[in-house]
Amino acid sequence: MDFGGINPAILIASLMAASVPILLAALGELVVEKAGVLNLGVEGMMIMGAIVGFMVTIQTGSPFLGFVGGAIGGAGLSLIFAFLTQVLLANQVATGLALTLFGLGLSALLGQGYNGLKPAATGAVPLGPLADIPFFGRVLFSHDWVVYFSVFMTGVIWYVLKSTRLGLILRAVGESHEAAHALGYKVNRIRLGAIAFGGAMAGMGGAYVSLVRVPQWVDGITAGAGWIALAIVVFASWKPWRALIGAYLFGGITVLQLNLQAAGSSIPVEYLSMSPYLITIVVLVIMSSGRGKAALNAPAALGQNFHASR
Amino acid sequence: MLRLEKRPNPSKLWLYGTPVMAVILTMIVGGMLFATMGKDPFEVIRTIFWDPLFGEFAFYLRGQLLVKAGPLILIAIGLALGFRAGIWNIGAEGQYIMGAICGAAVGLAVYPTESRWIYPAMVIAGAFGGWAWAMIPAILKTRFHTNEILVSLMLVYVAQTILAKASTGFLKNPEGMGFPGSRNFSSYPAAANPELIAGSGIHWGVVTALAVAGVAWVLLSRHIIGFQIRLSGQAPRAARFHGVNPSKLVVLCMGLSGALAGLAGLFEVTGPAGQITIDFNVGYGFTAIIVAFLGRLNPIGIVFAGVLMALTYVGGEMASTNLGLPSATIQVFQGMLLFFLLGVDVLTNYRIRTFMGGK
Repeated sequence: MDFGGINPAILIASLMAASVPILLAALGELVVEKAGVLNLGVEGMMIMGAIVGFMVTIQTGSPFLGFVGGAIGGAGLSLIFAFLTQVLLANQVATGLALTLFGLGLSALLGQGYNGLKPAATGAVPLGPLADIPFFGRVLFSHDWVVYFSVFMTGVIWYVLKSTRLGLILRAVGESHEAAHALGYKVNRIRLGAIAFGGAMAGMGGAYVSLVRVPQWVDGITAGAGWIALAIVVFASWKPWRALIGAYLFGGITVLQLNLQAAGSSIPVEYLSMSPYLITIVVLVIMSSGRGKAALNAPAALGQNFHASR
Repeated sequence: MLRLEKRPNPSKLWLYGTPVMAVILTMIVGGMLFATMGKDPFEVIRTIFWDPLFGEFAFYLRGQLLVKAGPLILIAIGLALGFRAGIWNIGAEGQYIMGAICGAAVGLAVYPTESRWIYPAMVIAGAFGGWAWAMIPAILKTRFHTNEILVSLMLVYVAQTILAKASTGFLKNPEGMGFPGSRNFSSYPAAANPELIAGSGIHWGVVTALAVAGVAWVLLSRHIIGFQIRLSGQAPRAARFHGVNPSKLVVLCMGLSGALAGLAGLFEVTGPAGQITIDFNVGYGFTAIIVAFLGRLNPIGIVFAGVLMALTYVGGEMASTNLGLPSATIQVFQGMLLFFLLGVDVLTNYRIRTFMGGK
C-alpha cells in the first residue's frame, strides 16, 4: 500500500516517534501552566536536556541513563527560572526568554567536542509476535520505550490533574493563588515543584531529539520544537489528551513534509520545511479566534507572580 | 531569615543601580566560569571589557563597537516600546531578516543603475519589510486574540527559510560562480552603506540608531502616545478608561518595532555584512531583547546597554581568537547578564527585611 512513494504504516509509526519531543515538552509545560506559571524557556530546557542526555549517553553508553540525565539537565535549568520568578519575583515572560537564550548558549558551550559522535541506539521494545501483526504491528508495537512512556505520561497527568488531591491543589494554585494561599497551601513551593517537573519533561523531550531523532549533537538542534510545544499547550486548551492529539498532528506534518521532500515532490523544499511553523500559526488562530481566555480554559492566574503580603 | 516587603513606590536608586550591579555580578560569576574552563579569569575579563576600548588594537575595535551597537540599539528601542505596553514582540530576528531581504531586493533589482535615490528607496523598502512581517502577529492578535509571542517567534523560522531561499535562489549573484549569496553591495556604490568617516565604524545605521533613541525618548516621556504606552503596560484597565484603544496600540508598537528591526537588517546587509548570505544574521534580534531590558526599556539606557553588549561581542571575539575561549561562552555570558538583571531587579520593588524566628 503506497501513496506516491509514502507507506502509510511507516508514516504513522514515524509520526508517533517524531511527536515524542514536543509531546513530552508540551505535557510538562501544561502542568507548569496549570499551576499558573508561564515558562517560555521550554526551548532552552529542551536543548539543555538534549546536550546533557547526549553527553551522559556518550560517557556511559547507556541511552536510558541519557534520558535520566536529560531530565536532570532540563530540571536543573528550570530551577534558575523557578528561583528568579518564585523567590525573586522576576517577570515570567522576560525570565523565560532569558532561559532560552542562556540554554542555547550553555548547550553550545557544553557540546564542544561532541560534534560528529554517534550515541548508543535506543532500540525498539521487543514485543515478540505483536510486532508481526500486519499494519498495526508496525504502527503500534515497533517503538522504543520513550514513545510508550510519553503516551503513559499523558494518561498519568490527565488522571492526576482530574482525580487526585495533588491535581486539585495544583489547579487551585493556578486558578487563584490568593485563595490557595488562604487555604494554607504554599503557593510558591507548589509552583517550584511544577516548574521542575516541566523542566524534566522538556529535558527528556530534548534528549529524545539528540539521542533518537537526529541522533547526534549539533548546535541549536531542537530548532524551535520548544516553541511549538508552547503553542500545543494553547491548542490543547490545557487538556493532556488534546496535547497528545496536537503533538501527533504536528509530528505528522513534520514527517509528511520530510517524506514529500524525499519523494521528490514538486513543491519546493523551502516551502515544505516552513510548513510546520505556518500550520502552528494557523492552528493558533483557529483556536484563539473569537474566544476569551476563560472559554479557552486558560488558568486564571497564568503568568502572575504571587507575593504573600500577609 | 530574610523576607521581602513591597515598597510603596519603586526605588529610584535601585532603578539605576540594578544594571550596574548585574554587570558586576556577571563579571564575578562569569570569571568563575572562565576559571573552571582553565582560563585566567582576570585576563579574560580584561580582554572582553577593557582591551576593545583602551587596548593595543582599540583604534580598530572601537569602530567595531559602533558597528555592532547600531543594530542592537535600533532593534532594542522598538522592542522596548512594545515591552512597556505589555506587547511582546519576540520575532525581531525575523523582521530584521525580512527587512534586509526586501531592501536588498530593491537595490539588486535596479543593478547596476547609479542614482542617489536608490539607497533611500532601499531604506524605505527595508523598513517596510520589517513592518509588514511584524504586522502578521499584530493583526492576528487584534483580530483573533492570537498570542503574539508564539506567532512572531514562529515567523523567525519562516523568515530563516526565506533567507535560505533568497541566498541560494531568487537573490543569488548571477555572476557568483554558483556560490550562494547575493551580489556584494560594497562594489555597488549607489546601494552601499559605507563608513561615513573612515575607521570610525559610523555608518548610516549608527546615525539612525542614535537619532531614533532621541526621538523615542521624547515620544515616551513627553508625548501622549508615550503616556498611553506606559499606562497600558502598568494598568491596562485604567488605560481603557483613559480611552486608549488597545488594538491600535498593538498595531503601532508592533509596526514600529518591526520597521526598526527591518531598518537594522537593511543597514547591516548593505554595510558590515555586505551581501545577503544564508547566515548574515547573527542573532541581533534576540540579543536586542537583552539590550532592551538591560537599558531598563528606556531609550537612553538602551544606547548604553547596546554599547555594553557590543563590547561583549567584540571582546568575546578577541577572547575567542587570542585566548581560545569557545565562541558560545559569550552567549552564556550574555544570558547570565539578563538573569542577574532580572534577579536583582527585586530590589527595585521590594525591600529585604530580616527577622528572627517565628513572626
